[in-house]
Amino acid sequence: MFSATSLNRKNDRNETAVRWLLGGMTGLLVLPVVVILSVLVYKGGPVISFEFLFTTPTKGMTAGGIFPALLGTVLLVICALLASVPFGIAAAIYLSEYAPDNWLTRVINLAIINLAGVPSIVHALFGLGAFVVFFRFGTSILAASLTLAIMTLPVVIVATRESLQSVPHAFREACWNMGATRWQTIRRIILPNAVTGILTGVILEVCRTAGETAPILFTGAAFFLPLLPQSVFDQTMALSLHLFVVSTQVPNMPEGVPYGVALVLIAMVLIMNSLSIALRMYLRGRKKW
Amino acid sequence: MEQNQAQSPSPPLDTRFDRLNSDWYFDKLAQVLMFIGGISVIVFIIGIFVFVSIEGFGFLAGKFEFSEFFFSPDWRPTSQTKETYGLLALMAGTASVTGFAMLVAVPFSLGAAIYIAEFSSGKKREFLKVTIELLAAIPSVVWGFIGLTIMNPLIIQIFHVPVGLNILNAGIILGLMAAPIMTSIAEDALKAVPDRYREAAEAMGATRWQMIYKVILPAAKNGLLGAILLGVGRGFGETMAVLMATGHSINLPTSVFDSVRALTATIAAELGETAVGSDHYQALFAIGIFLFAVTFVINLVADLIVRGVRKG
Repeated sequence: MFSATSLNRKNDRNETAVRWLLGGMTGLLVLPVVVILSVLVYKGGPVISFEFLFTTPTKGMTAGGIFPALLGTVLLVICALLASVPFGIAAAIYLSEYAPDNWLTRVINLAIINLAGVPSIVHALFGLGAFVVFFRFGTSILAASLTLAIMTLPVVIVATRESLQSVPHAFREACWNMGATRWQTIRRIILPNAVTGILTGVILEVCRTAGETAPILFTGAAFFLPLLPQSVFDQTMALSLHLFVVSTQVPNMPEGVPYGVALVLIAMVLIMNSLSIALRMYLRGRKKW
Repeated sequence: MEQNQAQSPSPPLDTRFDRLNSDWYFDKLAQVLMFIGGISVIVFIIGIFVFVSIEGFGFLAGKFEFSEFFFSPDWRPTSQTKETYGLLALMAGTASVTGFAMLVAVPFSLGAAIYIAEFSSGKKREFLKVTIELLAAIPSVVWGFIGLTIMNPLIIQIFHVPVGLNILNAGIILGLMAAPIMTSIAEDALKAVPDRYREAAEAMGATRWQMIYKVILPAAKNGLLGAILLGVGRGFGETMAVLMATGHSINLPTSVFDSVRALTATIAAELGETAVGSDHYQALFAIGIFLFAVTFVINLVADLIVRGVRKG
């Protein structure tokens, strides 16, 4: 009864062309992840060994392992989390549960957006001016991790706020009607229901913190240290900076070493990130409301 | 803080009878602590501005000359005879790399956003979104490393140029870095277009592409613009990848194969070698103030545009 006119056919052709074009563009964005990963695994894989991960660099970093850098990154991430998670969760609870819709809340939201948008090197300048020079922490793990903490604060806040807001409002009303205070409601009802979402945000923050290089450049990370850090007032090596150093600053570097460092760094980041994504999917599947 | 009670529906808190109850005090204490958490963000952003300004103030009050700072291409802070602090070449470096990155990232990320939001569903959609999220997770120093080790020889081989660390290299790297954030914000903007628009367009007999082109893109215009601006902000402030992939030589570029140096990379490369409080040190902080101001404006405008969509 209906046969395709030439206009129909033209539209169909356009439709197919556009679909392929846009699909191709998406593919070209996805492709680099695959290429980068395979090159890093191909060239860096052979370098990775137990010895590479757990010994100190020797011969001007051209031989030996990356243990001090690995340990340094772990220390920086832990200290940064200790500093930023309490603030981040408190800020998110305030914004989601307490904040009225007024100018102050709008300013806080604007500050979060800007904190996330300020260039990482400006965070580094801030860390140097505030923590290293003004508070006299010196170039130390403490100064570097506080800088990282402030820089990655928006990640925790945004993820926590989202998961708090996904708890239905009826839960709160029911709790209030039982005579619970606001804090009791948050502590007993909202936080337990949002905890997986918050965890997702914290893992994402770990991932961001571990990969950052610029903010720790002048605040606490060193190119090379013969000894492991003894306290938070010592400098440390870090994996991200180590990658920068071995790939640009050291002459006669065997080709495999930088690839190995890059592979370890990216594996760490991607595993954490996948964990966070898996957690989110599990959460979505389990949700009862 | 009493105004918080005005939020509706508010919990029934008749506190007159509960003053002696420890829960009441816990509640007030918690409210104050959460408020401090919220306020801390404002304190931090002001702190960043204040501390960067303090360190840069000496330069702005002393050696700073407006015309030299913004219009001279000579950045020679360590010259023995006469130090000059001109940002023009560095700004040209940042602008050319960011501009090239946007040339790469804008069409691809908008295309990907349209494809993910309108042409794919279910497992495929999930897979694409996760992959783009992973792309966003790759640290900038790894991108720089890729520019150095993979892109560099590739560019030398394909274009027969002596050096592969140039605008082309850094632009592609930066484009790939900015694309994920632009894609996900643009996709949100497309998803925010009400379904009744789609239904109306389809009822009129529009094909999928006609609907996107004539109805959805105009409706999502502001959100897409916001996404592009945030991408520009990201590219402008990127440091490590730009430091490693641009070639880091001061240049007023004439082609995409010229090496350049960016504002951010200059701070990263030089700050370690300056003495605290010296002119050079303060000049680098002055660049920091400039970067802070520009990204602040970009983020503010992007936020206003995106928020405009939600209200309208």
